[in-house]
Amino acid sequence: MTGGVRRYSPVGRPRPIGGDRLELAVWYLMRFTGLALFVLALSHFIITHVLFDPANQTSTWIQDHRWANDLWRYVDGSLLVLVVFHSFAGVRTVLQDYVGGRARMVLIPILVLAGIGLAALGLWAVITAPAPMP
Amino acid sequence: MLKLSYRGGPGMLAWAFHRISGVAIWAFVLLHVIDIWLSNVNPGLYNDVLTIYASPGGRVGETLLGAALLYHALNGLRIIVMDFWPSMTHYHRQIWLGSWVVFVVVGLPVAYVILKPIWGG
Repeated sequence: MTGGVRRYSPVGRPRPIGGDRLELAVWYLMRFTGLALFVLALSHFIITHVLFDPANQTSTWIQDHRWANDLWRYVDGSLLVLVVFHSFAGVRTVLQDYVGGRARMVLIPILVLAGIGLAALGLWAVITAPAPMP
Repeated sequence: MLKLSYRGGPGMLAWAFHRISGVAIWAFVLLHVIDIWLSNVNPGLYNDVLTIYASPGGRVGETLLGAALLYHALNGLRIIVMDFWPSMTHYHRQIWLGSWVVFVVVGLPVAYVILKPIWGG
């Protein structure tokens, strides 16, 4: 760097410059949620595919074992909210890159609503799944 | 037409893989949140979906998903490191190669565990 502000980050998306606070917030949030997901999403994949086998994780198994402890409901609920934010914000960036004008004005609100709806659906499942019989 | 917004030479491949793996993971997240919701409202149907996940084709798909997730995580970490410690860009080639070493060393045993039941292991 030869003085002044670095306009382009070397490998990722450039940090937005100028006064757009929303874009700047999304830029930082992508990185913070990404860091959290590095731990949460990778450990989730290891738990569900290496420590256990998908073949055994039936609906009853999830309720009796994985979500028997409320702590795991908090962990899975946090992972859900983080991954929905991170992935939908990522697709929003993709749309901003490839879609313009009227189509973007229509697609991005639909995407945001779909993301909120999906997070709500998942949280509903995590919170209301019945507890195992004592 | 693909209008590629990153024109950075060596980082181009890393960027393209990051975007492709990201969109693939997003598509799986859509499917996965809905199937977990099903495990609650329609356990029978969820257990049917589970047999697809546990089938040979499903296991190959999960291995590809795991590869996309691991690449996206490692490359994302690389992006974060360079965004917040710009001096690390001096070592960008070493970090790029290092992330592929981690990808192979971590990824191969995980792929083996996921795929093993296909040949009855």
